[in-house]
Amino acid sequence: MIERIYLSLSKHIDGFLMSTIILALVVGMAVLYSAGGHSVGRMQAQAINIVIALSVLWVTANVPPQHLQRLALPIYVLGLLLLVGVALFGEISNGARRWLHLGVVRIQPSEIMKIGVPMLLAWYFARHEASPRLQHHLMGALLLAVPVVLVMKQPDLGTSLLIAASGFYVLFLAGLSWRFILGVGASIAVAAPILWTMLHDYQRRRIEILFDPYQDPLGAGYHTIQATIALGSGGLAGKGWLNGTQAQLDFIPERTTDFIFAVFGEEFGMLGNILLLLLYLLIIGRGLFIAAYAQSTFGRLLAGSITMTFFTYAFVNIGMVSGILPVVGVPLPLISYGGTSLVTLMLGLGILMSIKTHKKLVSS
Amino acid sequence: MPSYLEFRNHQREQYDFRWRLLAASILVLCCFGILASRFYYLQVMRYEHYQTLADNNRISIVPTVPNRGLIFDRNGVVLAHNYFVYTLEITPGKVDDLEQTIADISALVPVSKLDRKRFNKLRAENHNFISVPLRSHLTETEAARFAVHRYRFPGVEIRARLFRHYPQGTLGAHLIGYIGRINDKDIKNLTEAGDLSNYKGSDHIGKGGIEQYYERELHGVTGSQQVEIDADGHAVRVLSSVAPVAGENLILSIDSTMQKIGEEAFAGRRGALVAIDPKTGEILSYVSQPSFDPNLFVDGIDSENWKALNESLDRPLVNRPLHGVYPPGSTLKPFVALAGLEAGRREPPFSISDAGYFSLPGKTHRYRDWKPAGHGQVDMRRAITVSCDTFFYGLAHEMGIDRLTDFLQHFGFGQKTGIDIQGENGGLLPTPAWKWKRWKQPWYPGETVITGIGQGYTLVTPLQLAHATAIFANNGVAMRPHLVTSIQNNRTGISRPVKPQVMDQIALAPKHIDLVREAMVDVTRPGGTAVIVGAGSPYSIAAKTGTAQVIGIKQNEKYDEKNIAERHRDHALFIAYAPAEDPKIAVAVIVENGSHGGSTAGPIARKVMDYYLLGKLPDAQPAAAAALPAPEPIEEEHSEAHD
Repeated sequence: MIERIYLSLSKHIDGFLMSTIILALVVGMAVLYSAGGHSVGRMQAQAINIVIALSVLWVTANVPPQHLQRLALPIYVLGLLLLVGVALFGEISNGARRWLHLGVVRIQPSEIMKIGVPMLLAWYFARHEASPRLQHHLMGALLLAVPVVLVMKQPDLGTSLLIAASGFYVLFLAGLSWRFILGVGASIAVAAPILWTMLHDYQRRRIEILFDPYQDPLGAGYHTIQATIALGSGGLAGKGWLNGTQAQLDFIPERTTDFIFAVFGEEFGMLGNILLLLLYLLIIGRGLFIAAYAQSTFGRLLAGSITMTFFTYAFVNIGMVSGILPVVGVPLPLISYGGTSLVTLMLGLGILMSIKTHKKLVSS
Repeated sequence: MPSYLEFRNHQREQYDFRWRLLAASILVLCCFGILASRFYYLQVMRYEHYQTLADNNRISIVPTVPNRGLIFDRNGVVLAHNYFVYTLEITPGKVDDLEQTIADISALVPVSKLDRKRFNKLRAENHNFISVPLRSHLTETEAARFAVHRYRFPGVEIRARLFRHYPQGTLGAHLIGYIGRINDKDIKNLTEAGDLSNYKGSDHIGKGGIEQYYERELHGVTGSQQVEIDADGHAVRVLSSVAPVAGENLILSIDSTMQKIGEEAFAGRRGALVAIDPKTGEILSYVSQPSFDPNLFVDGIDSENWKALNESLDRPLVNRPLHGVYPPGSTLKPFVALAGLEAGRREPPFSISDAGYFSLPGKTHRYRDWKPAGHGQVDMRRAITVSCDTFFYGLAHEMGIDRLTDFLQHFGFGQKTGIDIQGENGGLLPTPAWKWKRWKQPWYPGETVITGIGQGYTLVTPLQLAHATAIFANNGVAMRPHLVTSIQNNRTGISRPVKPQVMDQIALAPKHIDLVREAMVDVTRPGGTAVIVGAGSPYSIAAKTGTAQVIGIKQNEKYDEKNIAERHRDHALFIAYAPAEDPKIAVAVIVENGSHGGSTAGPIARKVMDYYLLGKLPDAQPAAAAALPAPEPIEEEHSEAHD
């Protein structure tokens, strides 16, 4: 009986992926305990976040990919409408217009688009799988550009870049020609210096600080400088769990959310960092494997995009905390405190499991 | 075969897709490789660097400011002490909209116009990142009310600070001095002295008087706490600490009652009085009138008060005993007399027949006596008693300027006395060499003549005059004048007495001293120029009066007609010591525009001496004193032009 319930519950759960996710969540809780100043309240809140997110994962994993494919366009259109709604009626918080009040719930439509955009593009290219041509890619780029620009205007540069990345992965995996990619890359490289000369001094300064935070040590650079000090002082083996002085003494700003990796790196050192990268590699590898063996075009494009977006989150977050990428608001996947990003993430991972576990149904 | 084609396409597509996945995988590995090498760089190669930074981040040395030493008068009356005060302080650099912030604060804690003016002045004087008091002396209620709303005001803080307070107010303000906020110049001085680290955490430093001279003793040694702090600079816990050493207490030779008597005796007139114990050099009274309230300066004076004090015609901020320079006039005569006697001239029974003027040999110019008809037959003793100018014109001429000034400088003229207050003016004892250097002009014999009666270039401070009088009263033994008699360690309670210090011993023949002293005692007796001072005194007073011309009017001063007349009047000078046989006190008094040394300056000295020698408090009836009939000869002004 129990075995049957377990089987039916775990029918659409990928064991390998699930174990790595659980492992990452456990690590996340441990770091959060340290970073959050041993706050039990915050642990409880995050535990609730995890339960909700895992439920979302389970539900999504049980939805067959074909259903997801049919939902792609409605979700995209809904997301787009909400984004327009935010632009018109959104609530301003911290100088940005990101939230929308819908009666009792307050939602952040840009989060929806993190999944909605790759789903729509995968749906779009699945429709044109036989002959994806340049015009389809241009159309895809347009479908991508609209939400990206809307989110960028909020302004939320970090999220808009992540949405752009998730869409770009679909275009890329759908066979966007190398010549086109190289061409666009080359023209950006050529145009950048010209654009640079056209900017105002203060605009240049902002960009300079974005790439070199040390130019503004008490302002924008403060986070990065404190984070690199935390990481660097962690050394090879780290200061040990709960022993990170930078973390314990409040030097690291946003140390439970976007900068939680600084706490991890300080307490567990370079060895811990490498192990965390390996854990992420396992998740990414499993995702790419699922994509490679997915049977529908929609499935493989979406699985590939979700996996690569997951990778992008991890890379951008760790890159910004360790001072090689500009600071943009991106959480560390599965580790950072916060409900919204975790739910979105689990939604993506649930789709991966759905694609993996519903394969046989498709082929039969 | 569409299905075949579809199948081929499908396979082809999957094939292409896997190539793309491979490319993506390579991207992932490359990016993670970059991260891993970044970890290696930060956590292995640069580990020590960041380890140091992290330690610096974590541990901060916080200074603990020592309590400033207290200042007492000779009877233990507190002249300067400290008390805790809540101040509301703003760091302008941390505040976005200063005006708005101050407006918001005013809603919680009253901020007066004066507070704002003072704040603006301090703000202009200080760096942006230094916290500047907006209001001090907050009540407990005000402090609590602000504390509740503190979160609304980043960059605004309530601090409990030790405040300096001068309970006697204006009394002796010039000698006690005051403390003020450390400015750039102070920082430069501290850096040069290597004391800067001891002032970490200190906001104030002595700015004048005792507070400045004994800064090192009063300040104490700053302690430190090694604290773990968070990034906001809040201390999390103390790791180790070195306790501060409180500053030492100072006990002054001043008697505050006597000081008060001296100050009140001026009755609103401008001037100075210095009283010295001739045997020790202890300064018993140090009066500079008008005075000011040093409490105004402690936390930065507001511009209105500053303007009032700084631009007042009465110049209350001028430390007259130290910085006020006046021609000594006839008060120089006893010293010139001694110079002559020691040079073997004018010894009794030598006398001259004074016709009312002196002329240089072969010249017709007449150097007039203040008494047009002359004093008749005058010997040395009588010359001092009646202040005969003609007698001293001739003596000075005969001695020559070099011999005269050589002798006078032993009494401290033209030199700093070495008192324990900074910024002393050394006055001026003119010589031909000085004149040539200063004016590129030769010395004229007529200038020597008028130097003999204390006119011409000669300038003295009230302190110098009192010091010279004390040296004479002490039979030529010069004691260093000083205000602090002992320094008390706050912790051990052990006092180090400041030993009287002999500066110089002038070899004077006792008979010469006796002669001049007797003549000076006669000054306060019928027939002398200060008979009013000696009237009814149970002890004998040796004294000399003097009058100094007010030379020109200082620029930038605008008076109405009445004032011009008043401020053009001569300065009245008076020196005395008593009891004449066994001097316990030597006094010099200058009353600006007081006209007559005997009648205006003399009675002030008498009140101080009466208190010191007899313990007598003044009757507080200046009207009665003024009603006394003016005794016969009162000095005239010496208005002779130079040769």
